[in-house]
Order: sequence, then structure tokens, then C-alpha cells
Amino acid sequence: MSRAPASPPSDVHARQVVFRVRGATKVYPMGEVEVQALRGIDLDLYAGEFTVLLGPSGSGKSTLLNILGGLDQPTGGSVFYRELELSGASNRQLTQFRRHAVGFVFQFYNLIPSLTAWENVSLVTEVASDPMSPLEALRLVGLEDRRDHFPAQLSGGQQQRVAIARAIAKRPDVLLCDEPTGALDALTGITVLEAIQRINTELGTTTAVITHNAAIGEMSDRVVTIRDGRVAEDRRVAVKTPVAELRW
Amino acid sequence: MQTLNRKLIRELRHTRGQSLAIAAVVASGVAVFVMALGTLGTLRSSRDAYYERYRFADVFASLRRAPTAILPRIATLPGVARVQTRIVSDVTLDVPELDEPAVGRLISLPEVGEPVLNAVYLRRGRLPEPGRASEVLASEAFVEANTLDVGDTLQAVMNGRLQELRIVGVAISPEYIFQLRGGDLLPDDRRFGVFWVSQRQMEAAFDMEGAFNDVSLRLAGGARSEPVIEALDRLLKPYGSIGAIDREDHVSARFVADEIKQLRATAVVAPSIFLGVATFLLNVVLSRQIGTQREIIATLKAFGYSDAAVAWHYLKSAILVALFGAVLGAAGGLYLGRGLARLYAEFYHFPSLISRIDWRIVLAGVSLSVLAAVAGSYRAIYQVMRLMPAEAMRPAAPARYRQSWLERLGLTPWIPLTARMVLRGLQRRPLNSLLSSLGISAAVAVLLVGNFAPDALDYLLEFQFERAQRHDVQVAFYEVASPSAAYDLRHLPGVQTAETFRAVPVKLRFRHRSYRTSIMGLGQRRDLYRLLDVDGRAIPLPPAGLVLSDKLAELLAVREGETVTVEVLEGEEPVREVVVSGLAVEYAGTTAYMDRQALHRLMGEADTLNGAFLAVDPGQLETLYRELKETPQIASVAVKSATVEQFRETVAKNQLTMQSFMVFFAAVIAIGVVYNTARISLEERSRELATMRVIGFTRSEVSAILLGELAVLTSLAIPLGWAIGYGLCYAMVRGFETEMFRIPLVIHPESFAFAALVTVLAAAASGFWIHRQIGQLDLVAVLKSSE
Repeated sequence: MSRAPASPPSDVHARQVVFRVRGATKVYPMGEVEVQALRGIDLDLYAGEFTVLLGPSGSGKSTLLNILGGLDQPTGGSVFYRELELSGASNRQLTQFRRHAVGFVFQFYNLIPSLTAWENVSLVTEVASDPMSPLEALRLVGLEDRRDHFPAQLSGGQQQRVAIARAIAKRPDVLLCDEPTGALDALTGITVLEAIQRINTELGTTTAVITHNAAIGEMSDRVVTIRDGRVAEDRRVAVKTPVAELRW
Repeated sequence: MQTLNRKLIRELRHTRGQSLAIAAVVASGVAVFVMALGTLGTLRSSRDAYYERYRFADVFASLRRAPTAILPRIATLPGVARVQTRIVSDVTLDVPELDEPAVGRLISLPEVGEPVLNAVYLRRGRLPEPGRASEVLASEAFVEANTLDVGDTLQAVMNGRLQELRIVGVAISPEYIFQLRGGDLLPDDRRFGVFWVSQRQMEAAFDMEGAFNDVSLRLAGGARSEPVIEALDRLLKPYGSIGAIDREDHVSARFVADEIKQLRATAVVAPSIFLGVATFLLNVVLSRQIGTQREIIATLKAFGYSDAAVAWHYLKSAILVALFGAVLGAAGGLYLGRGLARLYAEFYHFPSLISRIDWRIVLAGVSLSVLAAVAGSYRAIYQVMRLMPAEAMRPAAPARYRQSWLERLGLTPWIPLTARMVLRGLQRRPLNSLLSSLGISAAVAVLLVGNFAPDALDYLLEFQFERAQRHDVQVAFYEVASPSAAYDLRHLPGVQTAETFRAVPVKLRFRHRSYRTSIMGLGQRRDLYRLLDVDGRAIPLPPAGLVLSDKLAELLAVREGETVTVEVLEGEEPVREVVVSGLAVEYAGTTAYMDRQALHRLMGEADTLNGAFLAVDPGQLETLYRELKETPQIASVAVKSATVEQFRETVAKNQLTMQSFMVFFAAVIAIGVVYNTARISLEERSRELATMRVIGFTRSEVSAILLGELAVLTSLAIPLGWAIGYGLCYAMVRGFETEMFRIPLVIHPESFAFAALVTVLAAAASGFWIHRQIGQLDLVAVLKSSE
């Protein structure tokens, strides 16, 4: 078990570090007992990289993602997003960080049911500093013809793709996806992963996907396995499998 | 079942904010119900016992003078059980510490024993001793208002002679529960008092030996008053009676009856509003709760709980909340009822207040609240019953939204996204939104109704006593006087103008309707006593026709231009046809007006007068009063400004209490509705609001959506509440209108603004509360659940 973060591959050696995590711990008080969700994580994520954080449920991977996304703060250790120390940031700073730097994709889509696809995307572009047009975002996920549909009129896969469009429309520095295919069947899941990969390659957005589905790791640059709140394995993917060929 | 009850208690504790808000609304409704009905019961049984024990008469007549020899003829009229004849006379009083003259009503007491009817209750002191002149009993209200007591003396001008009255006892009578002179609009205990004097002294003072001028009857069981009144009128007409009245038309009895009527209206209207709002709140809160507990319901059913058992579980929570409110409300209502009853006792002067807790009322109030709980839960319980276990295990179908109608009008580009969320959210459940608005509007309406009384009274006093009747003092003579009396009046100290009048009792007839009133003959050049039309413009008196007060015209169903029959009840008693040539707006009384010369012609009499309206130099009022107190010809002096002032003061004092109650109740409603609406909205939308927080929206931006929704509901509620409140005020005006007294439907713009402002403040307070709760949204947890 290596406590040191995996070094970047030689061809991306010059790339900047986007997230720098050192000795991060997280303890949740759960009533009378304490749950140790993270037991000391060291991890660097590099610009433009597509990383899959793999682990069974309860491993701490979601906690890590929440901390990276500015939704939560570690109990100990330090977490940096570029120069911003997330582990010591104020509520207001975290809100601004989420507003401008992060795109989120959730397992259950979390679209606003009272807004159409186009409006769900606009919700983000209206407060972002350098967004793409909502239509362009929808085109990236192949849903420009569904722009006026309300969430209730879209299938699960379509809703998730709108959620991806919403996440990337502000041209975020990082895209964080929490079990994006967790609520979908395999075939639909593939279309969603294709959309995520397209964003990563075409826009160069640093992307982290957490999943318990090991197959998904094969389409990424790097697979970090989390177990019991620690990094159990950190490996580069030598030969990436095309998304369409993934099976689970 | 034990475990389910535990679940119930914990969930109630968890939602205690909402439960308390609903319980407070229920409590307000039950409190008003118990208070109003309890006080009503106290007032009614106290009054009935008072009337019975002190033998309040059924029929009353006053006349000029009749010999006691006709007494057997009255007593033998069919339907008459008992007769009481008396000598009654109004005199001018000089009260220590009171500048202006007061009016005393002197009533004869039998030399021996108690009066057969209209007995007096002696509060303290003793009865006047026969043979001892100048001893009187004084009415409690008058004594208290003037801080007099047993042993004090007053000066009275009795039949032209100045006499001393020594107060030997303080008393009350069922005849004067409410101490008001016939024809007066406002009570004034300082300037009007009732005195009981021994029969012999009255006979001597007013030259009435072997005669009487007032008769009261007690009807035999089962006898109706109309035929008795008719027979009595026929009998007494030669003796100058202008007609008998029954209890219903007795000034004091009617005031008490009207008060009881008002309490009954309060007991119906206010609780209906509160329990209606509570029903609505339970409806939305419980529906929401069941929406979030679909899986629990399914699980319970899957474990073998019957539909009824599960439904009862949820119904119980609604009933518990209502019961909690009802118990609080009943206790509060009993407490307030006792206070109100004490207030009444003080105001009305009952010998004793029969006040006991009527548990039937409490039970009825509690039952009503349970009924409201059941009605409010109906929809939710129905959903619970229908839910199949398997169906409940699946998540509810996603909410369906549509574009709002504003957007379908093509306004979309101008409506910001958050506003679209608000509009679509409201439109998705139009009925709930409407009901929420209606609930808030109840608060606005309650406030408007609370402010209506002073506004209307303000307008009434201003219209009647500043714009129409502009005199300072009204004097009336004992006898019809010659024009020289006017000359004398004009030369009294301080009198700037004197406008004389001639008043004649008449019966007006139009088709099958008739009404007894009087015609006031007024001079052509008038400035002190004006008749006004709807727009407040002075109406000139026509050379021959009648001008009727609008209420009188309504009672006779006569319109301008039609002809009424005038039957004069005085002198030669001529009967004439006269055209109605105008209608005057008046809020009190049912008088007809005529040019004085025309009235003289109609009567076939010379130039005469009964009294005058005076405008007085304020600096010389005291001198004038002193003079008037000692002028024997003057029967009564009415000082307008003092009376109006006193009335305003009393009203203002009561109004403040009333107003704070209304503000409190309205706030309970507004907070109850707004807080619950917002809480439900927050719960229903916690997921989307948390999502917005996660993707970078600030707390304020997210709050704006919920608060926007509340703002829309509140702004819709304000005009709605104004309309409902106006309607309620209209109903009150119609309900409280009597022949003698009308309330104008006038609400100041300030009152509309006040109603809106208090509601907005209450809504804002709830909004602030919600804003804080948004800060406590658990961002991570919300996103993890699949709803």
C-alpha cells in the first residue's frame, strides 16, 4: 500500500496539479459513534486527466469526491484546489468555488423538475463568468432537439445527459461525477459515459468519476482504488478501451 | 399499535413548528367560540333573571296626563296581567363639578311597597322615606360617571321651580340597563341620569295628584303584544298618548338584545374563519406527510396492518394537533370570557352576573375542532386507504410541470429563470396555491374588520355631528312656545345664533305601511342643522313637501315624488297628503323634515316652536350653562360636543384592546399559513434547492425562489383579503342595522394599508425563518437519496 501519490505519466509530466490532497481524514459523528470515512488520503489529480475513483460502497470514495467538490471539508489533513485551500475555505469561498470551477453530475440527475432541459442548463450559464451557450452544451450531449422538454418528459439516460450538459456549460475546470450510471441500465449508461468522455477529450476538462463498477475504469487514464478510507491502488491505464466496447 | 403511537409522537415532535402553528389557529377559533358563546350565555341568563326578578314590563306607553280612575279599564284589557302607572318627567339638573346642565329622568316610586313592575335594585343606601321631600334614588351609572354618592345633593328645575335632590340610595333597574334617552344617538352617563322619587313628591312637583303619565303592562301568559298595544292606544289616545311600544322597541332592552345578536354573529363568523384556515393547513400538511411516507405506509400494509388502522394512525395525528389547540383555546376562551363578562357587568349594571362555565359550549368547541381536523385530513386519508403496498414501494411519479400561462402569452424571454420556477411551482398545484392565498387573505380580512368599526364610527360622528348638525347646544321647551322665546334665547350670554324648530309627532302612511315618528319643522335659513345628500351637499327644504331620512323612506318603501299620508298625533290631529320631495342621509333616527311655515299650515296653527339649536361662543359656555340650568321653561339641554367627546373617548379605549386582539389573531393566521406553506415548499423542493446550492448558488439566491413564491401568494392574498374583509364589513353593517341606528360602510385607506402591512410583516417573519432553514439544508444527504 503506497502512501505516496502516483506520479504523473511521463508524457503529462509538465501538467499542472489541479487537486492536491495530503493526509486527508474525515470523521463523521453518527449519533453516539464516530465513523472514520477517510483515514489519510494522499492524492494528486492533474489537469485534463480522466480519473476513475473505484471502490465498494462505504469505502469513502463519495466522501472524497464531496471534499474535492467543496461540499464538505476534511476533519484533518489538507486539500488544495490549485492555490485555494479547500480544507480551510469559508462557506462563501466554497460557494464561489462550486459556482465557477466545478461541474457536478449526480447519480440521480437532480434536474430542477420545473425547468426545461434548456432552462436547467441556463440556470448555470446565467451565473457563470464564461459559459458556453446552453444550446451548445446540449449539442455536446446530443440533446439539442429535446431542449424544451421538462425532466418528466425525458428518459433516465436523457436526464443524465442534460445533467452533464448543465455541469459543463460553464466550462468548469473540473467535472466531478458521482456514480453517473448508477441509476441506469448498461446500454443507457454507455451513452452517458460517451458524453463524459467527449467532454474530457474535446474540452480538456479534468474529470473524476466515482463508481463501484470496475469496468468503467478501462475507459479512463487512471484508476484510483479506495478501500477503507485509504488509497489501496493507483494505476495508469495503458490501453484505453473504447466506451462502446465496455460491458458490465 | 403501541409502536405506531410512538412513531406518531416522535413525528409530531419533529414537525412541532408546523403543528404548533396549526394548533394556534385552532386555539384562536375555539377561544373566540367559547368566549363569545360563554359571554352570550352569561349575558342572556343574567338579563333574563334580572327581567324576571325585577318584573320588567312587556308594554310601555307614555302620555300627557290621565286620571288614575281609568286604571281598572287598562287592567281589564284582554291579555293584560298587571299594570303599573307612574309619573315620569325629564328635568334639567345642576350637577356639582359639571359645567353644562344635565338631564334627569324622575320616576315615581310607590309610597308603600315595591313597584308592581319595573322594580329597582338598591345597590346601597336606602329608599326615599315617604313624606320626606327631596330624597331620591340615583342610577348607578350616573352616580359613577359623576363621582357622586349617597349623601350628595343636586339642583333640579322641576316644573319651573328650582329644587334640591338629596341622594339617599344608589339603584339600578332593568328598564335602564343601557341608559339612553329615546331619540339620542349616544349614551352619556354623565349628562343623563335616572332618579326614583316618591309618588307623593312627584305628584306635588308636577301637579299630578290622582293622575299618571306613564304606564307599563305585564302580559298574561301566551298573550301577544300587538292586540294589547292596539287596545291600549285606543284607550289612551284621548290622554295624549302617541302610542305604546313593546319590549322589542324599548331602547335599553333593544340595545342589550343587539349586543347578544352581535355576540352570536361573532361566535359564528370568527371561528368559521379560523377553523376553515386550520382545515386547509391540516389538509396540505398531512398530504405532504403522506407523500413522503409512501414507503412506510406500504411497509405497514405489507406487514398486515389494515387500511383502516393505517388511516387512523394518520388521522390521529391531525386530531391530536387539533385537540391540543382546542384545549388551549378553550382555556383561553374561558379566561377571556370571564374578563368580557366582567366588562359587561360594569357597563350594563346588572345586579349580579350569572356566570358559570357551560361545559356544553366547551365540548362543542372541541368537537368543532375535531371536525375541522377530520375534514382537513379527508383527502390525505383517502390517499392512504387507496395506496396499494406494491405501488407505494415505487417512488412517486415525478412532478409534472408546464409552462405558466404568463409564458404561454409569449413573455418567456422577460421572465428570469427563478421567477419561472416560482410561477410553474404555483401553477402545478393551482388549488393549493389558491387555498394558501385564501388562508393568508383571511388574516387581511380579519384586520380590515378590526379597523372597520372605528373608521365607520369616525365617519358617522364627523358626518352627523360636524357636517350635518353643527350646533353646540340643543334646547327643548316644556310646552310649545311663542316666537318670543327665540328672541329670549338669542339674548342669552354667548349665544351667537339660534335656529328654532317645531317638532310634531306623526304617523306616516304609504300604501300598506305606516311608521310613527315626528316631523321637524325647520327654518329656511339654516346653518346649524343641515340636511345632507349622499355626496354631503346640503338639501334645501321645499316650500311644501317633506324631506325624509333615507332609513324612514326605506321603512315606508316610498320614493322621491310619491305622496305619503301624514296623520298628526297632536292638537287637532289633522290628516294630510304630502309629497316626498327629498331624501336626507342620516345614520341615526327616522325623522321627517319640513319647512316650518309649511308645517304650521299643515297643523293649522300660528307661529310656534318647541326648541332651538344654538351656536355658542366657547368662552361663554359656562355662563350660558349657568343661565340655562335656572331657566324654568327649558325641559332639556343637550350639549353635543361634550357628549361626542365622551363617546369618542370610551370607544377609543375599547378600540385599542380590540385592535390588539385582531392584530394578534391575524398574525396567528398569517404566520400559520405562510410558515406552513413555506415549510412544505421547502420540504418538497429540498432536493432541487440543495442541487442549486451544490452547483454554486448562494443561500440568498436559493431563498429567493421560496420567498418569491410566498411573495406571490401574499400579494394575491392582499386584494383578496380586502375584498373578503369588505364583504364581511358589509354583512356586519346589514346585520347590525336597526331602525334607530345605521353604520356607514366606510373604511379608510389607512385601514386597507394597515391590514396589508401587518400581513406582509407576519409573512416576512415566516420568510426569514425559512431563509435560515435553507442555510441548514444538508447538501450531501439530499443528493444521495433517490427521493
